[in-house]
Amino acid sequence: MSLRAPLARALNHGAAHDGTHHWIVQRVTALALAPLAIWLLFALLLLPDSSYATVTVWIRHSWNAVLLSLLLLLASWHAWLGMQMVIEDYVHAFLSKTALLLLSAFVFALLAASGVYAVLHVALRGLP
Amino acid sequence: MAERPLSPFTKMFGESGYRWAYTMTLSILHRVTGVALVFALLGLVVWLIGASFGSASYQAFLPLYGGVPAKLVISLAVIALIYHFCNGLRHLAWDMGWGFERAAARRSALLVVLATLIGSALCIVCLFRGSVS
Repeated sequence: MSLRAPLARALNHGAAHDGTHHWIVQRVTALALAPLAIWLLFALLLLPDSSYATVTVWIRHSWNAVLLSLLLLLASWHAWLGMQMVIEDYVHAFLSKTALLLLSAFVFALLAASGVYAVLHVALRGLP
Repeated sequence: MAERPLSPFTKMFGESGYRWAYTMTLSILHRVTGVALVFALLGLVVWLIGASFGSASYQAFLPLYGGVPAKLVISLAVIALIYHFCNGLRHLAWDMGWGFERAAARRSALLVVLATLIGSALCIVCLFRGSVS
């Protein structure tokens, strides 16, 4: 019989074995973001001006709201995975690492939700 | 916590025993531009929220995005985006097992730098010459 507490036995058993999943999701989101990022870059550069009317008409036009929402979701997801790696590589103190990881998770969730909300708000305004 | 080995890049050069090669600069730039793009994403979301609040609030937001200093910041975001895009494709190719030999990796590094320079130059010219205000 061991005298160690259950928690002490559970700690420091190494990797949680979800690294491969993290790696794959990062690649899949990258693959999906590649065409979306180029689309957004060209779409914004080709806008005749940045007035309210031009921008809202562009957001409402055909698939733009869908693509924009997808881009915001995927970019937040991809950025979250990336920031997670950066934080884990450079911050080693347990408390600050955990705090930063949680903060970045919440910030990216907030960014994704508010971005998609804003796009839908513009796209659906005036619809019955 | 148990002492676990760290990646060599988290140490100083002297300790790691690595000699500098320009491909390393591209590698760290991928990270730097990735973090920079987080702020670009933030800017995009704030802009969209401004638009969602209606015409008046959008007009109030617009000066933030319109002037020359703002365009310089947007230019930096464009450079970061194009670099991260090109070098990201390079990473995806590596993940498929393509171009991982030293000569090929150095050639693709040059290609990424050239594509970023040309691509972002064109976009920045568009940004400053266009009626995007």
